[in-house]
Amino acid sequence: MYSEKVMDHFAHPRNMGEIEDANAVGRVGNPKCGDIMQMYMKIENDIIVDVKFKTFGCGSAIATSSMATEMVKGKHIQEALKLSNKAVAEALDGLPAHKMHCSVLAEEAIRSAIADYYKRQGIDPEPIVGCCCDCEACHKEHDEK
Amino acid sequence: MAKRIVYADNAGTTAMSRTAIDAMVEIMTNHYGNPSGIYSVGQDAKEILEKSRATVAGAFNAKPEEIFFTGGGSEADNLALKGIAEAKAKQGRHIITSAIEHHAITHTLEWLEKKGYEVTYVPVDEYGVIRLDELEKAIRPDTILITVMAANNEIGTIQPVAEIGRIAHAHGVLFHTDAVQAAGHMPIDVEAMQIDLMSIAAHKFRGPKGVGALYIRKGVRVPPLIHGGGQEKNRRSGTENVPGIYSMACALQEAVDNMDENMARVAAMRDRLIDALLKIPYSRLTGHPTNRLPGTASFIFECVEGESIVLSLDMEGICASSGSACSSASLDPSHVLLAIGLPHDVAHGSLRLSIGEETTDEDVEHIIQVVPEVIERLRAMSPLWEDRLAGRY
Repeated sequence: MYSEKVMDHFAHPRNMGEIEDANAVGRVGNPKCGDIMQMYMKIENDIIVDVKFKTFGCGSAIATSSMATEMVKGKHIQEALKLSNKAVAEALDGLPAHKMHCSVLAEEAIRSAIADYYKRQGIDPEPIVGCCCDCEACHKEHDEK
Repeated sequence: MAKRIVYADNAGTTAMSRTAIDAMVEIMTNHYGNPSGIYSVGQDAKEILEKSRATVAGAFNAKPEEIFFTGGGSEADNLALKGIAEAKAKQGRHIITSAIEHHAITHTLEWLEKKGYEVTYVPVDEYGVIRLDELEKAIRPDTILITVMAANNEIGTIQPVAEIGRIAHAHGVLFHTDAVQAAGHMPIDVEAMQIDLMSIAAHKFRGPKGVGALYIRKGVRVPPLIHGGGQEKNRRSGTENVPGIYSMACALQEAVDNMDENMARVAAMRDRLIDALLKIPYSRLTGHPTNRLPGTASFIFECVEGESIVLSLDMEGICASSGSACSSASLDPSHVLLAIGLPHDVAHGSLRLSIGEETTDEDVEHIIQVVPEVIERLRAMSPLWEDRLAGRY
């Protein structure tokens, strides 16, 4: 079902944990949907010098969190904001169709953390980061039921 | 060294028993005839077919002429539901079922709903036992069928089958039970339990996949799903799967002959699993605490997600399953877990360990050692667990 890369990141997640003195923290998803991602970042001069995550969710949720942190670590926040869910999925050699929402969540978790970074500086993040911080795909599904 | 595999998904399917394999090979090797052939080789196969029918009937106190072989449990369910719906359409179009049926039942009923039938889904209690008072209240003059499973595949709860049969017959309604999960694992007597139709599948009791049967009480009319050469008294056309059918009969006979001894041993291992794993904090058993299938131990571990548990166990060589949303293609957890009243967020943390005759005490000890480690590892990753420890969730 999953690629070897997904299983590798699930079995050996990179950057799992918390950052004590994080200056950007984002959380997306909700327990009802079955996945929550929390991203911690240490940003210096707009560079993500450290990033860690904690995730409640399925194998692909954990793997996409892990991969997303690897892909933004050391990057400028503007570059990190360009990270798409597709890029995360591709880096994992693909995800099953019904697991693509996990990669969306990973993208949103990055955005959410960066939005928090701006907020902490008194800057309205919405024009820069866009709307984020929630698992829209999930809510849509539940509302339809 | 080869990786140790502990197979704990016997509710999903079972490994075939040696008896069942040998039986199948014997028929494929030496009895290849078509039972419709009037020459000796055909009649030889016909004899095996009818011997198998008598064996299957005997396991449930049915008559041989009441057993119809199918291509598995789902086909038996489809034949029963669609057949009765068609046969009774003039009498009524209302069917009663439970909220925790297998998809072979629920999806067939949903299809019938689109065709103009009405279905009442009777709720279950927190243990997954159907509410008999609600069941009886749901019966209407146009009710043509009550279909309730004998035991649940996800949480193992055994239903009060005889009580359901009594209620159905007191109101003159036919009773079908999906006994796919139960057959070979608990005693079933179609007379004592007043069952009119019953589905079974060989692969759940150590027989082969792709073969099952529908018991149809004498006098109950069920038109066929599959038309053709008129086999199975025209109820199921197609050349009979003699090797599979004979193998199923042998597996069932073996299961029934050893039921008391095997099930006592399996249930003792199940209880050991349950006792040990419930020591994990924020865990709970799903399904009935005692009135459950001997091999099924089903749990909730809060703040972790079921598919992650299953994948992690697989890395340790343990095969198990989960009713979490992420282990299926849907975003909702299993309808069974929701029907027993679990909130969505809790239902995501489900794990089903289903053991069987081949499970050893060492297997059980291995599971007992690995599951807590897996839960601990996943909780260390889970922001929900962090919230739980801090009292925020």
